[in-house]
Amino acid sequence: MKVLTVSGSPHFHAEESVSKLMYGVVFSLIPAMLVSFYFFGLAAIVVTLTAVVACMAFEFLIQKYLIKGPLTIFDGSAIITGVLLAFNVPANLPLGLVVIGSAVAIGMGKMTFGGLGKNPFNPALVGRVFLMISFPVQMTTYPQPSVLNVSLTDAVTGPTPLTIIKDGVSRGMPVSELMGQIPDYINLLMGNLGGSAGEISAIAILLGGVYMLIRKIISWHIPVAYLGSAAIFAGIFWLISPEVYPDPLFHLLTGGLMLGAIYMATDYTTSPMSRTGMIIFGIGCGLLTIIIRLFGAYPEGVAFSILIMNAFVPLINRGLKPKRFGEEVKNG
Amino acid sequence: MEKLKTFVMGGVHPPENKLAEKQSILRLDPPESVAIPLSQHLGVPAAPVVNKGDEVLAGQLIAKGEAFISANIHASVSGKVAKIDAVIDSSGYRKKAILINTEGDKWTDGIDQDESLVTDYDLDSKEITRRIQDNGVVGMGGATFPSHVKMMVPKGKKAEYLIINGVECEPCLTADHRLMLEKGEEIMVGITLQMKALGVDKAIIGIENNKADALEHLERLAEKYPAISVQGLKVKYPQGAEKQLIKALVNREVPSGKLPIEVGCVVHNVGTSFAVYEAVLKNKPLMERVVTVSGTSVKKPGNFMVRIGTPVITLIEAAGGLPEDTGKVINGGPMMGKALNDLNVPVTKGTSGILIFTEAESKRPPEQNCIRCARCLTICPMGLEPYLLAQLTDKKRLEECEDERIMDCMECGSCLYICPSGKPLLDHIRVGKTRVGKMIRERAG
Repeated sequence: MKVLTVSGSPHFHAEESVSKLMYGVVFSLIPAMLVSFYFFGLAAIVVTLTAVVACMAFEFLIQKYLIKGPLTIFDGSAIITGVLLAFNVPANLPLGLVVIGSAVAIGMGKMTFGGLGKNPFNPALVGRVFLMISFPVQMTTYPQPSVLNVSLTDAVTGPTPLTIIKDGVSRGMPVSELMGQIPDYINLLMGNLGGSAGEISAIAILLGGVYMLIRKIISWHIPVAYLGSAAIFAGIFWLISPEVYPDPLFHLLTGGLMLGAIYMATDYTTSPMSRTGMIIFGIGCGLLTIIIRLFGAYPEGVAFSILIMNAFVPLINRGLKPKRFGEEVKNG
Repeated sequence: MEKLKTFVMGGVHPPENKLAEKQSILRLDPPESVAIPLSQHLGVPAAPVVNKGDEVLAGQLIAKGEAFISANIHASVSGKVAKIDAVIDSSGYRKKAILINTEGDKWTDGIDQDESLVTDYDLDSKEITRRIQDNGVVGMGGATFPSHVKMMVPKGKKAEYLIINGVECEPCLTADHRLMLEKGEEIMVGITLQMKALGVDKAIIGIENNKADALEHLERLAEKYPAISVQGLKVKYPQGAEKQLIKALVNREVPSGKLPIEVGCVVHNVGTSFAVYEAVLKNKPLMERVVTVSGTSVKKPGNFMVRIGTPVITLIEAAGGLPEDTGKVINGGPMMGKALNDLNVPVTKGTSGILIFTEAESKRPPEQNCIRCARCLTICPMGLEPYLLAQLTDKKRLEECEDERIMDCMECGSCLYICPSGKPLLDHIRVGKTRVGKMIRERAG
């Protein structure tokens, strides 16, 4: 008699798997990666590759020799951490620092808590903030875009648009005058501005976001709430005093806001579960980003605001439950 | 055609795989022997009224449902009662059944075996309900709730709509689809009987638009019945679940822990309407039903009218035999059906399909860490948090499970279906439901 498999229902399973989702994210990052390579040249390629290889290597070493558990380096999540870490640092960052950042991201940010799915904070951002605080000079020396640069060392460095505004306004200069030192909005949209390797091109990141939405890898809730609340909050200040506070579009197109809203804040593990929770999380990120940008010590606040909101996720999950069926009886 | 409707919250779109949808219902001869379980319905098992050695006719009462929630059981073949003994049924456990060795095919005198349609009747509500009860009709969609009990509206409640479930949202199954195409007229008459028994003047038949032919057919038939409307539905699982169907059709939400009557609805399956027609106007007990036999490796997938108590293996043989690479045999649909551990289990009143999966199809995906992607929350049609319920169950935090409404889970399987980490969420939730149910009963004393 034939031996039959007996298992609980359902007996059908969707095609989606963790690694398919992760590689979907990696695929969606390609446009932003290409723009980064175009504007920052060989240096960006080397930094990205170094971060990816280092992240996978550290995950492998920790799983093999410290945890002695199953290896998951090919599930795609370490690759995402590597790419996003590289995207969040200047393209000319010394490679030693890239490796240190990867070690912190994977070791402290992810494996300490038990690996994929268990970490409370976005690993790439943990790595980035660690570097930012430990190596502030190297982390704020941004190369200016120079098309297809093949040199690894002699890039022209300069301030990012956010730094120009922050410094200028603190010295009492009006925003309208400072805008003259900043590329126009079309160039900002395309990515022709100083900044971290992968955060520059809003349009390439949006393209990746649209792909992830269509593939149902992410839902719209966090990016829309994040970008929307940042725009509204920045807009309020801009309306109050346009010569002290730049307009909302400037905020959306500069710094790491687009990358943060679409890729960093939407990280499954470190964002809330319910849709209301996601919206609250996104609004919190947007508010904090603008507060740090306008009033904080740093010109940029995306990484800090997402990490701060990450800390609130357990509370949000506890407090904001999905609407239950049959909870409010609406009879039509 | 009117705009298609659907329910709002959650839901998934598993592959439909309706391989047998073009196969007409084929009547099988009575098998050599049948095992008719005493518990084929929700509620108290029926009590046998025959003994070993008795001669019985097909359609003869062999076990009586005496409790309030119970149902009569009839012989499905003529022959001699071999024994009354425990046999393995589709639950995998041994349950008491009446075993009959078939001799000929003689039916009781009262049954009208003529296939012609009867539409005229002069029966009152009580008489209709009595005949439904006498003939052992239960819900044919799978829950097997005794139908006559649903006809008795509790005091203080009023039924407004009779909802007829022609959704057949389970992939692979085509039994209801074929029944609607081939027995549409009988179903319509059955619905009028059910409406009369309930005292309602509106009935809505819900059909998903992957069965466009059945939808059109019943729409055309409904022109003769002004009280019955047919509503097309967008394909989404689990639309055939009572609460989701009511939400889709009349936009009312049955409150947690309550029955559809709370919002003025009574839901019956199309198969039940057909059984009601036969029970009331042909005096034919529920002794046979349509079962889909299907699977990617099955030689001749089909829909079969079989006697209750027929061994599953006999059905599989009618569909071309058990394929070489069979890994799993499922009683029911792929989303909620039960995997069988024995192919001699009998077809019962609730058997809607027998599905055969290949070895490759039988495997679950490997389990990984939960990545908290929130898919299980998004698709849960009851608005629950499956990942959390599974975790709380593991930690034996049962009070919290109850607060998070674990008992609202209807085990539709969407969470386990969708989980990219291959977490056996529903397995854990089932354990939790059993424990919480026990806790609630103990508290009640």
